[in-house]
Amino acid sequence: MSAAASISPGAPLLQVRAVSKRFGEKEVLKTLSLDIAQGEFLTLLGESGSGKTTLLRLIAGFEQPTAGQIWMNGERLDTLPPYKRRVNTVFQQYALFPHLNVRENVAYGLRASSTAKPEIAPRVEAALAMVRMGDYANAKPTKLSGGQQQRVALARALVNRPQLLLLDEPLSALDANLRKEMQGELKSLQREVGITFLFVTHDQEEAMALSDRVALLKDGGLEQIASPREIYAQPATAYTAQFIGQTNVLRAVVRANIAECGALRFPVNAPDGSALFSLRPESIFLAADNPSLSDPVKFRATIRQQFFSGSTELLELHCGGSQLLRARIEARGPLSGEHEFIFSTTDAFQVKP
Amino acid sequence: MSAASTTARRPVLLTIYSALVFAFIYLPILILVIYSFNRDGVGGFPPRHFTINWYRQLTADSALWNSVLNSLYVAAGAVVVSLTLGLLAALALDRVDFPGKALFRRLVLLPLILPGIITGLSLLMFAVAAGLGRGLTAVFFGHGTALISVATTEIFAGLQKLDRRQEEASLDLGATPWRTFWLVTLPNLRLSLIAAGLLIFTLSMDEIAVTFFLIGSDNTLPQEIWGRLRRGITPEINAISTLILFVSIALITVWYRLRTRSEKHSS
Amino acid sequence: MYSRLYKLAVSLPPLFWVVLFLLVPYSLLFAHSFWTTEDGVIVHHWSLRQYSELFTNPLYLTVFFRSLRIAASVTILSLLLGLPLAYFLSFHAGPRKELLYQLVIVPLWVSYLVRGYAWKTILGTDGVLNGALQYLHITHEPVSALLYSPFAVVLMLTHIYTPFVFLPIYASLEHIPRPLLEASHDLGANPRSTFFRVILPLSLPGLLAGATFAFVLTLGDFLAPLLVGGPSGTMIANVVQSLFGAAYDWPLGAAISVFILFVTVGLLFFTERLEKRWTFQ
Repeated sequence: MSAAASISPGAPLLQVRAVSKRFGEKEVLKTLSLDIAQGEFLTLLGESGSGKTTLLRLIAGFEQPTAGQIWMNGERLDTLPPYKRRVNTVFQQYALFPHLNVRENVAYGLRASSTAKPEIAPRVEAALAMVRMGDYANAKPTKLSGGQQQRVALARALVNRPQLLLLDEPLSALDANLRKEMQGELKSLQREVGITFLFVTHDQEEAMALSDRVALLKDGGLEQIASPREIYAQPATAYTAQFIGQTNVLRAVVRANIAECGALRFPVNAPDGSALFSLRPESIFLAADNPSLSDPVKFRATIRQQFFSGSTELLELHCGGSQLLRARIEARGPLSGEHEFIFSTTDAFQVKP
Repeated sequence: MSAASTTARRPVLLTIYSALVFAFIYLPILILVIYSFNRDGVGGFPPRHFTINWYRQLTADSALWNSVLNSLYVAAGAVVVSLTLGLLAALALDRVDFPGKALFRRLVLLPLILPGIITGLSLLMFAVAAGLGRGLTAVFFGHGTALISVATTEIFAGLQKLDRRQEEASLDLGATPWRTFWLVTLPNLRLSLIAAGLLIFTLSMDEIAVTFFLIGSDNTLPQEIWGRLRRGITPEINAISTLILFVSIALITVWYRLRTRSEKHSS
Repeated sequence: MYSRLYKLAVSLPPLFWVVLFLLVPYSLLFAHSFWTTEDGVIVHHWSLRQYSELFTNPLYLTVFFRSLRIAASVTILSLLLGLPLAYFLSFHAGPRKELLYQLVIVPLWVSYLVRGYAWKTILGTDGVLNGALQYLHITHEPVSALLYSPFAVVLMLTHIYTPFVFLPIYASLEHIPRPLLEASHDLGANPRSTFFRVILPLSLPGLLAGATFAFVLTLGDFLAPLLVGGPSGTMIANVVQSLFGAAYDWPLGAAISVFILFVTVGLLFFTERLEKRWTFQ
């Protein structure tokens, strides 16, 4: 677990303790441990098959761990059935009840937990107002658009005031513009209600934009957990560096504290032998631009391809060796041939394979 | 109590209850089969002496085998009538907008949802009014008509799975609609036709209600059994019933395999 | 894409056939119900005499109401048996689901007559059930009330129609998206509550379809009473059957048949409307 959690320490709300999950022959989660702090927005990020959805379902109660335990607020959680957990889920396909209207959907959890009747209506109204669906209270879910259904699903979960809200890729079915809009709404909503959010997605941009912390999962294990800035600036492994944002993974050989990779030679603090270094494209500049960098290193490279993207250019560089380097520089019109490039050695840091 | 995922926990009471329902469904049939081997006849408990005499008696029972032949004749006729008309009807429902389409659909379903006596009586009145006699031919017309809907439903489903573009390709390559029908449409419907045919055959072999009113002096198998029942119960009836049981199961298994095979084909 | 000839060739024959061999016969039945018999001959004198006979003669009314009661009993019992079974198979059967499903379907294809006969051999005074009861010393004499009673008719027809009722209920249940159940549990409803608040409402169309079929087919059944009903278990269709047989009164028989037909079609129409309203997907 990362020691650099940027949330104030205190007893964590949820503790996943060495949880494993096997489906038949396949081990989907491998002895994973994770803490979720009170009030934080934590995202489980990963490719499909990484185990992120399985972990979510274990916390929700739809599956049981093959090994390990889950604790919430100092009490054992994984032995409770889903309807006894103070946890609510927003499903990927919303799972709204088609035979109930919006109001009845939102009231469902309150009625199931035998909330006093007079209390139900105002709470439902408040929840609907919070997601701006108050005008649709009598509509049936099948008549609503995807974004509207999503908001009802959110209200339906939040109205129960859970201690932990689980969101299973809730935005993946929405188109790009709506997605961005909902992202903003989700983040401000979380701040407003102060409930702890556990968000699952495969979209790293989304994870970075919304979360207080990001937990990157790979093949059923926790690759790294840290705040977005930290995980971006200091990825622990090559996988993390490549998954979050773009990077060049340099396969270098270190001799007497000098790393060598193709035409690149730069000082490092590492033992002799082969090593991996991550260097992000935006850290490479044209020497001719004369950027002010600490510990600069120069190298020559030929531009193989150039991709224009509005405010920047992405250059594919050949600098000896079998690797193609990527550099992202300010837009400036077509370039070709050999040029001199420059980067700061502090931007090239070692990563585990 | 361990955490429950939606389907992991087995509620005990429900499992027991379901087992009891299964028992209720199967016990009478099992008893029937067991007693067909009982020397001391039907009834009494427990069955003591095993024998296959009743089956032996069957082989010599010419009246029974005659009725089986009659049933086969009727069933074959019903299959021909139903499949032909059912095929045309399915094509029509799929491709043609004709007036009274909705009414046609309902009318064709009526024999299946109305109690058999109503259809039987109506056909009897028709037969009498039209001067056509009762008898085996009347019966197979009756069955054929009543079972058109079965054929239509099955073939219509098969048509839905048919890739329309195959027919278009055939026409594009110069084949006439008639050739296209024989060389493209029909082969693709083969599974549906066989499945429908099997179903109609089985239903016809077992039909009593409509047959009751249209039958003449020649009996179908169910009618023959029915007649004997009025005279008294003999284990011979158990024996023939058991045989019918196994043949039905065999036919239905074949039908089911065809069904699932046609579903795999289209996916 | 289809020529006029093609369209005519496929639609005319079935249309023609169905009109001739279904519409005309049913119409004849209808017509007969308005005619009368005089001295054993059917006279085409149009009147409502048969219908008034049907509704005023206490004999017919008694039998009709008994038929209604029997049909209702069979329907309710079949539902009580079929619904839990369908629920079990759909949600709790695990890997053997497909096999169990086939096992439930198989009896549907076993001859009606065979199954009815089985009950006849079981319920009689010399039957298997009485034999077993005496063998186990639960009774010392045969119980004669089992066979040849409305009870026997209900028992036999429940046996026949339970798989019938099971089918559409099972189909309905299978259609319920599983995430809905998870959502219900997630929101705090236990399995029992989930059943009544989510599963049952969404399976109503299947329930209705199955129940209607069982009711309608039982109402018009004349074979079961002949097999196991005895005089006290006669149903309305037996009355019709005898009117077309020994009692020779076709118009009256037709009137009763038309009445059954209207009740049947009316019910089917009504439940179809309900099903549409209660289908939520």
